[in-house]
This record gives sequence, C-alpha cells and structure tokens, in this order.
Amino acid sequence: MLRPFRLHEPTTATEASGILATLGEEAHAYAGGTELLLAMKQGVLRFAHLVDIKPLGLSGIRFDEAARCLRIGATTTHRAVERSEIVARRFPLLVSMEQSLANVRVRAVGTVGGNLGFAEPHSDLATVLLLYNASVRIGGTSGQRTVGIADLFVDAYTTCLRQDELLLEIEVPELPAGGAADYRKFAFFERPSVGVGAVVVAAPDRTTVAEARIAVGCVGPKPERVAEAEAALAGVPMTGQRFSEAVRAAAHAVMHACAPADDLYGSATYKRHLAGVFVERTLAAACARIGAGGNG
Amino acid sequence: MRRPSEPTQPRETVEIACQVNGRPVRAAVPTHQTLLDLLRDDLNLTGAKRGCDVQVCGACTVLVDGLPVSACTYLAFEIDGKSVETCEGLAHDRTLHPIQRAFVDAGALQCGFCTPGMIMITKALLADYPQPSVDQIKEYLHGNICRCTGYKKIIEAIQRAATGTMDATEPSRGAR
Repeated sequence: MLRPFRLHEPTTATEASGILATLGEEAHAYAGGTELLLAMKQGVLRFAHLVDIKPLGLSGIRFDEAARCLRIGATTTHRAVERSEIVARRFPLLVSMEQSLANVRVRAVGTVGGNLGFAEPHSDLATVLLLYNASVRIGGTSGQRTVGIADLFVDAYTTCLRQDELLLEIEVPELPAGGAADYRKFAFFERPSVGVGAVVVAAPDRTTVAEARIAVGCVGPKPERVAEAEAALAGVPMTGQRFSEAVRAAAHAVMHACAPADDLYGSATYKRHLAGVFVERTLAAACARIGAGGNG
Repeated sequence: MRRPSEPTQPRETVEIACQVNGRPVRAAVPTHQTLLDLLRDDLNLTGAKRGCDVQVCGACTVLVDGLPVSACTYLAFEIDGKSVETCEGLAHDRTLHPIQRAFVDAGALQCGFCTPGMIMITKALLADYPQPSVDQIKEYLHGNICRCTGYKKIIEAIQRAATGTMDATEPSRGAR
C-alpha cells in the first residue's frame, strides 16, 4: 500500500534539483517508478514528496560522432534502448542485455537512470556499462559533474549522488577497433544471481589480446571490474595453451575477488563457481566475435 | 499553462482525462493511487488482477498507449492524456476478440486468474511481432506466471492468434 505523497512537477533539471535540495530526505526523484514504487509500497522507503523528472527532456538516445560515444538520456526507458537501431548497430551487447532485463512490462516503464540511480546490486545494466568504461553526467544546484560508472556506485543501494543531484545522461564510449564484448548471467525468473561480462580488444595483428576488461556483478553489493583478471590476459596470444592458461587465471582471479552471499538463488560456493565458468565463456564468446569481425 | 519561472505547486490529487477501453474517463486521482486500484475499485474493471503486487506475475497487465505495464506498480495519474486497454475492452458485444477466441479454442486456461494478463501481454506481443517465434512468445510470457502450469496451451493459443484468419493485432471495435 502506497502512502500519500505530494507530487512535484518541475520543468527544468535545475528546478528539480532546487526542490530536492529544499525538501531534503523527505523527497526523491521519480521517473519510471519500477524500483522506487515497489520499495515505497513495501514500506522500505518513505517519501512525503516525489519529484517527477520525466517531463525534463532527459530522454533520448544518440551517437555522438565527435566523442565516439553513445549518449543515453537518464529517463530513457529500457524498451527504447532495446529497440534502438543506433544501439543495435553499434552496441549489440546492450540490446541483448536489455532483452533479458526483468520483463517486458518493466522495460516499457523503467528507465536507465532509475536503474543506475537505485544501485540495486542485481543490475545487469551496471555490470555491462562497467565494461564500456561508461560515465554519467550528474546535475545539481551547484552545476554539473561527470563521474565514471565505477565511482557512481558506493555500496548496495547507495550512489555518490548528493541529495540535490540527478542523473542526466549516460555516456557509453565505443569499444576500440578490434574489440568485442559479451555478458552472461545466471538467473531464476528475473533476478540475476551472477552476471559476468568481458571485453577483449585484439591487437592490430589480430592474434594477441591488446586489452581485456572483465566485470562481475550481482554477487556482491556493487558490480566491479577485476584488474587482476584483466592483467592476466593482456598481451597473451588469443589462441593456444597460453590463452587457455590466461583464461583460467582470469577465472580464478574473479572467483577470488568476488564475495557472493548464500541466498535462495544459490550458495556462495555455487555462485563463485558460476562466476569462474562465466569468465571462461564470456572470454571465449568475445574472442569468437572478434574472429567474426564483430564489435561491441 | 504554468510558466517555467513560476515555482511548482505540489499536488496531492491530479485531474486526469483519458480513454479507458475507448471510453472517455475523467477523474480526480490521489497521486499515490495505483492504476490497478483505479481500474478495479473506481472503474469496476476487475479483469486485471492483483497477484504478486511486485510486477513479477503479470496478472495485472494492461496496455497504456499500447505498451504493457504492471498496473499494480504504475501510478494512476500517469494515464492522463493516454489510452488504457484492459481485457474488458477486447470483446465487442458477444463477439470475442481473436486473442480471446484463440485462448478458448486452445483450452489455454484453467482457473483463469492469470488469463486477462496473459491475453493483454499477447496483444502487446502481436503488436510488436505479428508473427512471433516461440522464443519471442516465451520472452513476453517470461513475466506472466500461470500456477496451473498451462504454458504449453498458452503458447499454442498465441500461435493460433498470430496465424488465425482474423487480425489479432487489430483492436476490437469495443476497444476504440
């Protein structure tokens, strides 16, 4: 049961920030509501004021040719990302990830900014954006700032956003030439309990790994990149025994780095095992995509 | 119309004007009222059901401007200026909508609690993919739970609706 609240309908992001600053912890930004309203219905969160940010013009998707990055407005729905031709052409992994996110109704209403701003630990989107070195543009009463996606998340359900700040835009840089990405998850119904993603960038000779990015999410309070796993793959030939050894080393590094919890979706031991298996599979899939001339 | 420079006046009630199953509806809704409560309690449209109440089971699925939403976790004021379709809007007089007909013909229901949601998600599916693959059907049904374990018949019904002689994507006259 939702408790009564007052609805604020600002027309600019600055005005919205002003309202959030004035009302303090009594107020929260509201867009799709797919996370927020659930928490409010269950009494986990209580807000006397909601600030509707959907009319602020923060929705839309475009590819910035100059900066070579995708710009997704914070109130863009998951459905819009899923069905965007630009995203399908340049960031196919984002589309396939969105296609398996929650369910079709949540995707029709829920927003990209809401997903990130809520910092739900089981966010596929957050893990995948980490792979792309994405960043977010944040606006508040004292101006705007840009932070890397890794720095947005502080802990489970906690971001670096201050009371008056709103997510305005997500910036997703294109992968370097010769790069490909993959993401795998294990989930019962709609809640992923392990999510692992990898990016492999081949050197110009297409036989060695120039750069590897590995992210693991859903198992801990926030998604993380695993530097040790990435280092294990850098400079390694993309086939043969040295590659297999590097992949195993990366899998071990991820299994060691992640700290899963026992819950109804699996024991910690099981999730850790799955994380290792998924590292191997995502790396194999990313390499196969490079072989097929693929991209992000 | 408010000028951008004027401060916002927070509201506790929103006057909405919308279409529900093709009929104009005007109402003053409390900001915290869900669409499901508006439909069931105020408009007496009890097709959409309260199942899980957390957007997982799909029993409350209705369409807002053609897109499927969980009415249990969707605020009623959001339908202002929009068009809402519920299961009640599908049949015209005594003639069932092709999707409803397909569910009956395939025997795709047992207790019937999930059925209005199943039918509305099918309408959304066929609008997106008029000839869906089994994988696409499963993707859309992923968010609709049937506890009588009738999925096989439901998938069959959706395939019948998609390949039927009647255009299943066409709203019935009653829904206009």
